[in-house]
Amino acid sequence: MLTPASSFFRYDPFADLDRIARGMNRAFPRSWATPTSFPAVNVWRSGDAIAISSELPGVELDDIEITVKDNVLTLSGERKAPEAPEGARWHLRERSYGKFSRTVQLPYAVDSNKVEARFRDGVLQVALHRPEEDKPRRIEIKAA
Amino acid sequence: MTTEMTNPETKGNEVSGQGRSARIYRPLTDIVETDDGVSLMLEVPGASPDGVDISLERRVLSIRATVRPTRPEDAGPGYAEYGEGDYERAFTLSEDFDPDRIAAELRNGVLTITLPRAEETQPKKIAVKAA
Repeated sequence: MLTPASSFFRYDPFADLDRIARGMNRAFPRSWATPTSFPAVNVWRSGDAIAISSELPGVELDDIEITVKDNVLTLSGERKAPEAPEGARWHLRERSYGKFSRTVQLPYAVDSNKVEARFRDGVLQVALHRPEEDKPRRIEIKAA
Repeated sequence: MTTEMTNPETKGNEVSGQGRSARIYRPLTDIVETDDGVSLMLEVPGASPDGVDISLERRVLSIRATVRPTRPEDAGPGYAEYGEGDYERAFTLSEDFDPDRIAAELRNGVLTITLPRAEETQPKKIAVKAA
């Protein structure tokens, strides 16, 4: 299940996101898929940037697709099952495989030309930025 | 084949907090056995090869992996679905494996440990001394 971060902060711009996620969890019971919707996503906001990290163990770099449109980020791909030789006996099977797709609603529309993604040790990190023209501007006040 | 030893928290379990405290997770694992030996695949996303520690002692295979947090230092409000922390898990093997031949590979956050089956162990004859 998803854990709301709201209790840790005085205000939570992600409250809506959390509410949507909870709704999704109700609509799609746990038994349908892996315990939490895969992949799990962490979202951090700092200044005019958003940092997203996601755990994708066992996924190849070429099998990850990230798309950004306005304020929606989609993370999709496939986790391929390892090949097991003939006559292999499984003693434990806790991991899951297959296609996945997740959308993350961002607090604001981001600059789709300024997205940086890095995949290391099975962890994906995406940095997104607020477009220049949307940044709040300081207005000079002229003395009369 | 193997018996679970430790039972720390699984990533799938409910996790509170933002990964600030040192949490220990139990990596999800697949274990497959063939005629050649046994392979274990553990999910340890965020762990780098030099942060992994594997030891075999008295048939107990212990795995520990440390993780460097990815949370940005200047991070403001956030939304967290998973916590970050180290991984720990131990398995008891039902047969002997040569610790010198254990191989481990870390790729895309999955640690694969292969334990080749020991060469046909010769029955050891115990000499009985006459009194």
